[in-house]
Amino acid sequence: MSRDSTIHAAQAINEALHLAMAQDERVLKFGLGVDDPKAIFNTTAGLQQRFGPARVFDTPTSENGMTGIAIGAALAGMRPVMCHQRLDFFLLAMDQLVNNAAKWHYTFGRAVPLTIRLIMGRGWGQGPTHSQNLQAWFAHVPGLKVVMPSNAADAKGLLLSSIFDDDPVVFLEHRWLHFAQGEVPEGDVRVPLGRAAVRQSGDAVTIVAASYMVVEALHACRALEQIGIHCELIDLRTVKPIDWDTVFASVRRTGRLLALDTGAATGSIAGEIVARVGMDCWGALKAAPARLALPDCPEPTSYGLTRQFYPGAEEIVQCIGKMLGLSRLPLEFLPQRHSHHDVPGVWFSGPF
Amino acid sequence: MKTALYRAMLRIRMVEEEIARRYPEQQMRCPVHLSIGQEAPAAAFGLALSADDRAMSTHRSHAHYLGKGGDLEKMIAELYGKSTGCCGGRGGSMHLSDERAGFLASTAIVGNSIPVGVGVALAQQLRGESALTCVFLGDGATEEGAFYEAANFAALRHLPVLFVCENNLYSVYSPLSKRQPAERDLCTLARALGVPAEQVDGNDAQAVLAVAQRAAAEIRAGGGPRFIECMTYRWREHCGPHFDDDLGYRPTGELAAWQDRDPLPRLAAELALTDTDRQAMIAEIGAEIDRAFELALAAPYPDESTVFDAIYRTELSS
Repeated sequence: MSRDSTIHAAQAINEALHLAMAQDERVLKFGLGVDDPKAIFNTTAGLQQRFGPARVFDTPTSENGMTGIAIGAALAGMRPVMCHQRLDFFLLAMDQLVNNAAKWHYTFGRAVPLTIRLIMGRGWGQGPTHSQNLQAWFAHVPGLKVVMPSNAADAKGLLLSSIFDDDPVVFLEHRWLHFAQGEVPEGDVRVPLGRAAVRQSGDAVTIVAASYMVVEALHACRALEQIGIHCELIDLRTVKPIDWDTVFASVRRTGRLLALDTGAATGSIAGEIVARVGMDCWGALKAAPARLALPDCPEPTSYGLTRQFYPGAEEIVQCIGKMLGLSRLPLEFLPQRHSHHDVPGVWFSGPF
Repeated sequence: MKTALYRAMLRIRMVEEEIARRYPEQQMRCPVHLSIGQEAPAAAFGLALSADDRAMSTHRSHAHYLGKGGDLEKMIAELYGKSTGCCGGRGGSMHLSDERAGFLASTAIVGNSIPVGVGVALAQQLRGESALTCVFLGDGATEEGAFYEAANFAALRHLPVLFVCENNLYSVYSPLSKRQPAERDLCTLARALGVPAEQVDGNDAQAVLAVAQRAAAEIRAGGGPRFIECMTYRWREHCGPHFDDDLGYRPTGELAAWQDRDPLPRLAAELALTDTDRQAMIAEIGAEIDRAFELALAAPYPDESTVFDAIYRTELSS
């Protein structure tokens, strides 16, 4: 079964699921709509046809109950992979996630090999209850692992690692990144959990990001390079637990930190990065650490209100310019935006 | 079987009474929810289940754990927070577990263990096992969404689940009359979800055992889930060792009326147990309980250096 070396992240996720289910019959895949014509943005396409309705099935609209059922199945030796078309829907299941999945190993010594895929929306009027990036909530709970891929290869490799990990993993898929294309190795090629990746090497500033903010940061890094500023971009990939060694080693070299987040600022992962760098790398810092995150405000639905809502490459360049005292900002080197601000590209038309 | 049933109830009663007696010593430093007065369902369902069957329970779980064959010494040590406890002191009274006995666990959030039990039954069905999962719940849990969600799925997939609802009429201090409409019948409600249901006098141990055995057989025959409502009553306070009738949240005379229906003398009368036999049984169980407390008191606390161990099954570097 050969394919193009470059595929979308949604295809990469689908490939990971096919591989995992073929490899281990304990892997189950369920969630509302997994076998419907849209197949969770095509990520679950072909699974039921290939592996049967006992292992791949649609569910009642019971987020909390089904999460508990997945936990029970995991305790009894299965490896369930659940999915929800929006993270926001999954909030109904916080009791099962927090009070059971996260606690059983510590309390009872029983492993819960469960993967929960949550898709986070953005733009096209997703609004206050379809666009929340609550990675910090999950990361706050001891016992959970929280994974946020930023590209197609990681989407596949990290999902495979999550499915075969023996702990509960919250796997956060940014809806815009489903469209991200990239080279993805064929076969069971896993990306280890808990290890960050250095996407760009540099000595000027350490930028720490995850998920979609890695894309914006890459644009900013490339523009800054045009004027001789080389930033180091760290893609966390796993936001719980965080790969502190990689973060600290970089900041000790650059002396400067900009932490990015797709979630609201207060209590964010970026805030945790700033806090720990402040505590552990104080002596190495040449400038106050900075953070760019979403405003502490529900996301509005209106096209007119969301224009300035999301910090992106331009804000990153401005922030770094301020940190380094640059007299000129290389904004002209940022990619020209040809599409509306609320879609991932010109080729996209709603709804999500 | 009748003698075994009586002995199981007596053992639960005696364990709970010893916990109540020693609790004021402040050595068991965790909340305890005693089952005194409502021992019959735990004893009867424990006997009706086979060793392969699994059970899940709630914050009030000592009786279910013991009924299913959970290790007494490990339970008492767990209440004392000792390293020899069934969870090494990490769970306490509300988090009991004995995998060897098929008692998967009790959890401390109302309704929260119900879907987990249904998930275990899903795995049993997928593997083609003949075992079932027994999910103990209280009347309060029938007001939680988790119950409806889990029961719906159990009915949808014909899962081997035995829902055992101990209706003791109170959720902490709140009577059913303040929580559900007067005309509500929990069995009708379960049936509406697609789960065949039956109510039984939960203080008539023999009647409970008969219902339990029949329901378990029907489930094993592929009949899908069953819901059994056992009408019973908690004698002491919701949480703690004392009687609390002086608080006035229960009508005068209600406790006394239920104490007149104590499941233990009722079965003893039917058994025609001689006083000598009964005294021998009490002495034997009493010795077992004394030993469990002695061992628990003598056991060390878990080593403090282990407190951060095993948050994950697979630690990640960094």
